[in-house]
Amino acid sequence: MTGYLLRRVGLALLTLLLLSIIIFFAGQVLPGDPGRAILGPFASSQAVAAINHSLGLDRPLLAQYWNWISGVLHGDLGTSYQFHAPVSTFLFPALGRSLKLAAVAFVLVVPLSIVGGVLAALNRGGLGDRSISVVGLSLSTVPEFVSGIVLIVVFGISLKWLPVTASAPAGSSPLIQLKYLILPAIPLVLILFGYIARMARSGTIEALDSDYARTATLKGLPRSVVIRRHVLRNSLLPTITVIATQTGYLIGGLVVVETLFNYPGIGRLIVTAATDKDFPMLEAGVLAIGVVYLVATLAADVLYTVLNPRLRLQGAE
Amino acid sequence: MDGDDRELPAGSGAADGVLAATPAVPAGSGQAAAGAGPAAAAGSARRVRREQTGQLLRSPTFIVGALILLWWVACAVGGRSFSAYNPVNGSLAQFNAPPSAAHWFGADSLGRDVLSRVLAGARDILIIAPLATLLGTTVGTVLGLITGYYRGAVDSVIGRIVDAGLALPVVITAFLFIVALGPTTLTLIVVIGFVFALLIARTVRTAVLQERDLDYVAAARLRDESGARIMFAEILPNVFGPILVEFTVRLGYAIFTIATLSFLGFGIRPPTPDWGGDIAGSYQYLAAGYWWETLFPALAIASLVVAVNLIADSVEAVLIQ
Repeated sequence: MTGYLLRRVGLALLTLLLLSIIIFFAGQVLPGDPGRAILGPFASSQAVAAINHSLGLDRPLLAQYWNWISGVLHGDLGTSYQFHAPVSTFLFPALGRSLKLAAVAFVLVVPLSIVGGVLAALNRGGLGDRSISVVGLSLSTVPEFVSGIVLIVVFGISLKWLPVTASAPAGSSPLIQLKYLILPAIPLVLILFGYIARMARSGTIEALDSDYARTATLKGLPRSVVIRRHVLRNSLLPTITVIATQTGYLIGGLVVVETLFNYPGIGRLIVTAATDKDFPMLEAGVLAIGVVYLVATLAADVLYTVLNPRLRLQGAE
Repeated sequence: MDGDDRELPAGSGAADGVLAATPAVPAGSGQAAAGAGPAAAAGSARRVRREQTGQLLRSPTFIVGALILLWWVACAVGGRSFSAYNPVNGSLAQFNAPPSAAHWFGADSLGRDVLSRVLAGARDILIIAPLATLLGTTVGTVLGLITGYYRGAVDSVIGRIVDAGLALPVVITAFLFIVALGPTTLTLIVVIGFVFALLIARTVRTAVLQERDLDYVAAARLRDESGARIMFAEILPNVFGPILVEFTVRLGYAIFTIATLSFLGFGIRPPTPDWGGDIAGSYQYLAAGYWWETLFPALAIASLVVAVNLIADSVEAVLIQ
C-alpha cells in the first residue's frame, strides 16, 4: 500500500509540473506583449520595451519559467499588474472565502445526493427512481448562472426569503454569513446532485445484487440491517472518489456563481484578472485551482485505499 | 468487411436473411453458410443499426429532446425572419418595457424586443457548439486510438498531458487560453475543441483497450496490416458507438461551456443576440424588478441543454447496453 501511495503522490507532482508549464505557456508565452497590454496601444515602443525588460520578459523562456516557478515555490506568486501589489495578498483571502462557499455547498449536497441515490436504488425502476434520475440529470446539465437566476427571481425577489448577494455586511455573525451563502450554494448543489446520486445509486444496486447481500437476506436478517450493515458500507466507497473528482466541477461553478452573486472569492478574482489582462494574478489563481483539485483527488485516493480492506491488506500479505 | 476472413461458426450465417441473396449456394449447407460470413455480417450490422434507429425513435425522452432541439435549430436558421422586431436595434421609447401584447417577453434596457433576441440568440451558439464538439471528437478519437493501440511510451506521455489538462475545470482552461489568444469565434471553437479532445481521448482509449486483444485485431496483425489501417479500418468501426455517445454528451457540455463563457464576457460578443451575453447585460437589473430581460434567455439556455442531454441519454441507452 505504501508503494502505491508513493507512486500516486509522485504522479500528482508530475501532473502539477505539467500543469504549471501549461499555465506558464498560456499566461506568458501566448499573449505576446504584456508591456503593450499594460501601457495600452498609444504608449511608445521604448516604454513598452522598458517595461518588458523590467518584468524580465526579454529573457529566454526557460529562464522566465524557472524564475516564475521558483518564485511560486518560495511563496512569491508575483506582482499584480493591476494593483501593483503582491498577488498573494489577494489570492489567499479570496481562496478562503471560496472554500467557505464550497463547504456550504458540500455540506448540503453530499447527504442529499447519497440519500437520493440510495432511495432511488432501493425502489429501482419505480416512479421515485425514475424521477430522481431524470430530474437530477436534467438539473446537472443546466449552467449555474441559469439556475442561479431562477433562484434569485423566485427566492430572492418574489418571496424575499434570502438575500440576493453573497457577502454579508461586515462584522456579521457566522449564522448571518451562512444565510447569505445558502442561495449561492444551491446552483452548485444542483450541478453536483445528479452525478453523486447516480454513483450512489449504481453502487447500491451493485451491492444489493451481490452474493453477500443475498446470503445476509437468506440467513434471515431484517432488510434494514442488510442495507445498513452489508449494502451501504460497500456501495458508498466508490462514491467518495466521485465526490472528490466533482471538486473540479465545483470550482468551475464557483467562477460563475461568484460573479452572479458578487462574492469576492477565487472565481471572481480570476474573472477580474482576465478582464484586466492581469496575467500574474490569473496564472496564480488558475494554478491555485489546479493544486486544490489535485490535493482533493489525491486525498480521495488515499481515503479510498485506507477504507477499502482489499487494498489496505494487499501489502501486508 | 474488406479482407475480413474471420472464421464464423458454421450456420451463423443461416440465421441471417441475407443468405438468400448469395447466389449459387445451396441453402442449408453449413459450408456455404460459412462462406457467406462476411456478407451476412454486413447484413446483420445494417439490421442492428436499423433496429437501434427504431428503438431511438420510439423512446419518449429522445422525441422530446429532438423536438426542442429542432425548434431551436429552426430559430437559428430563420429566427430573424419570423421575429416581429429587429433583435439588434431597439427603440428607446420601449426600454425596460414589461411583457405586453406587443412585446410578449418585454423589452430590455436598450429597448430591444426580448422575444426577438431570444429567437435570434439560438444561432451563434448552435454554430459554435457543434463545430467545437466535432473538432474535439475528431482529435480525441485519433489520440484515443493511438494511445490505446500502441500503449507504451506514447500512451504514458500523452496520458500525463491529458491528466494535467484535466486538472482544471473545462471552463477555467478555456478561459485561460481565450484570454491569452483573444476572444474570437475561432479561438472559442479551437480551445473548447482541444479541451474536449482530452476528455474524449480518455473514453476512446478505454474502448480501444478492450478491442485490441480481440481475435480480429490479432488476425489483422498476422496479415501484416499497417498500424494506421488496423486502428482506422478495423478498430474504429467497432468503437463507433461510444464515440457517438461521447459526441452527443459533449455537445450538451459545449453549449453549457459557451453559454457560461458568454455570461462571463469571454464568449460570443455583444451586440450579437446571445443568451449568455444578454443575461450578463441584464442580471444586475433583476433587483429593480426587470426580471423578463434575464429570465427568458435563461429559460432558453436551460431548454436547449436539457434537450441535448435527453438526446444524449437516449442515444447512450440504445447504443451501450
